[in-house]
Amino acid sequence: MNKFEYAMPQDIPQALSSVQHSGAVFKAGGVDLLDLMKEGIIAPSRLVHINNIEALKVISRTKDGGLALGANLTIAEIAELRELSGAHQALPQAAGSTATPQIRNLATLGGNLCQETRCWYFRDQNFSCSHKGGSQCFALQGENYYHALFDNKSGCVRVNASSISIALVALGAKLRITSAESSRDVSVAEFLVAPSQDIEKTHILERGEIIEAIILPASKPHQRSFYYKQKEKQSFDWPVAEVAVSWVQKGGVCENPTVILGAAAPTPWRSKKAEAVLAGQKITKKLAEKAAQAAMSEATPLSQNANRAKVFEAVIARVISWAGGVDPLQEGK
Amino acid sequence: MTKKNQLTKESGLSRRSFLKGVGLTSAGLAVTSGGEIFAEASGDASVKIISPGGATITLEVNGKKHQLKVEPRETLVEVLRDRLHLTGTKIGCDRGACGACTVIVDGKNVTSCLMLAIDAEGKSIETIEGLEKEGELHPVQKSFIEYDALQCGFCTPGMIMSSKNLLDHNPSPNLADVKHAVRGNLCRCGTYPKVFQAVLAASKQNKGE
Ligand SMILES: Cc1cc2nc3c(=O)[nH]c(=O)nc-3n(C[C@H](O)[C@H](O)[C@H](O)COP(=O)(O)OP(=O)(O)OC[C@H]3O[C@@H](n4cnc5c(N)ncnc54)[C@H](O)[C@@H]3O)c2cc1C
Ligand code: FES
Ligand code: FES
Repeated sequence: MNKFEYAMPQDIPQALSSVQHSGAVFKAGGVDLLDLMKEGIIAPSRLVHINNIEALKVISRTKDGGLALGANLTIAEIAELRELSGAHQALPQAAGSTATPQIRNLATLGGNLCQETRCWYFRDQNFSCSHKGGSQCFALQGENYYHALFDNKSGCVRVNASSISIALVALGAKLRITSAESSRDVSVAEFLVAPSQDIEKTHILERGEIIEAIILPASKPHQRSFYYKQKEKQSFDWPVAEVAVSWVQKGGVCENPTVILGAAAPTPWRSKKAEAVLAGQKITKKLAEKAAQAAMSEATPLSQNANRAKVFEAVIARVISWAGGVDPLQEGK
Repeated sequence: MTKKNQLTKESGLSRRSFLKGVGLTSAGLAVTSGGEIFAEASGDASVKIISPGGATITLEVNGKKHQLKVEPRETLVEVLRDRLHLTGTKIGCDRGACGACTVIVDGKNVTSCLMLAIDAEGKSIETIEGLEKEGELHPVQKSFIEYDALQCGFCTPGMIMSSKNLLDHNPSPNLADVKHAVRGNLCRCGTYPKVFQAVLAASKQNKGE
């Protein structure tokens, strides 16, 4: 790792002023940052350690009954948080299946949302790929089994790595982004940046901006949600496919569904086609399968990952069934 | 220059700091390397800043305090092994994925290859060397021997630390709890079934069953 100086602010204003220094970046758990530094992908000259800031660890109710989760809460803490059962369970489900117990004890919510893609060409300093400012996407003609199935025509076929973001988009969460001058709330969907918007950017944060909290809207009566990650090995793994859904369900009928796919596109992929199949309908195993097919009808697989589209189809159908209270493995309807 | 270019030129995790190819050494490292802590004014308070050369810190490892000078970039596992000569903790992947470097910090198991030593100051660090008390191995250690829960032994210290951490928080785990607790510990020799047996047996011994 390169040498760097280490700033240890005690509050948010101190953090915002220490990061003004050129070459400075925030460090929360350090899991992604130290990994990228060890690989020689980034070499910041100053790390601003924000984990001592108590204000970033607070959990509070918002005025309209939602929940504000401090950006520095660890993934382990989110996985265990009792307030998040019921309608918001997709979030602790995503947190609980992120990485390993040891990593969950270090990694934070804010850091998880800002982490870089796992694309192996991006993470190898010998490949000057388009996401790093180079001229080509090596995955397009290379090893691309884990790369994007959707939104993969803009010169970078990476997938977004944050499992937490998938659940948060399904739940309609926002981020409170604060700078020395102001504070704004941005939806998680708008926070993450696709290659078509800016090929080198991963998220919209600019120097001097910090994620203060993640804001979950108050749950609606009869709201439900579900998250599931399909892995290659059971112990822990990055996803082959991950899906988060949420809707209001009265008398078995689904209203206002959101269906979000992770490890599918450069940003959390919202399947409007699946949502259209589900809206206003009674959830059955058949309907779930129809929605899954609709979702994957839009996929544009790369040279090696058509098989993953099939895995997705099965996982989407199961997650919709589980969320709707239907057994996806039952025979027949 | 467009606004976007100005920002990306300036900002930390962006174009400028992505090192292309072998350009690694050119990364803005023009900072002093003398060992010192200095303060930078920030509004009416000042922020503690440790220079790249490092600072003297106190680490409490297995109940014993050690004073030593560390650079901010030194990871906890490097300091444990290379500076404190506690080589029981291993480095496998050095990227958080294998669990060989697992230690317990303030009652939580963490991968010490992704934790900076400087961040462990003021915390209580437990390593495999600290489990033996007055010549007696910890029940998990004894059980690993009894159940032959190791082959090459490289994953074993980390595996034991995750298991010990489980029993600290849950004295009566079931098989699913044990599997869950060692999910972040890879064993290339495939000793998992014996590890599960050993941890379950240790939990019974702990309770005198
Ligand atoms: C073995 C392994 C398996 C993994 N599996 C998964 C997985 O299945 N799913 C998944 O989602 N992730 C997974 N991860 C990734 C891991 O979850 C992330 O690296 C971690 O969450 C990053 O959080 P952090 O607090 O350590 O961030 P850091 O590394 O400290 O920071 C990451 C980035 O976020 C920025 N940042 C952090 N906090 C803030 C803030 N409050 N405001 C503004 N910027 C901020 C930093 O500047 C930096 O750019 C895995 C990692 C490992 C090692
Ligand atoms: S060496 Fe730390 S997890 Fe592998
Ligand atoms: S005993 Fe050899 S790696 Fe586990």
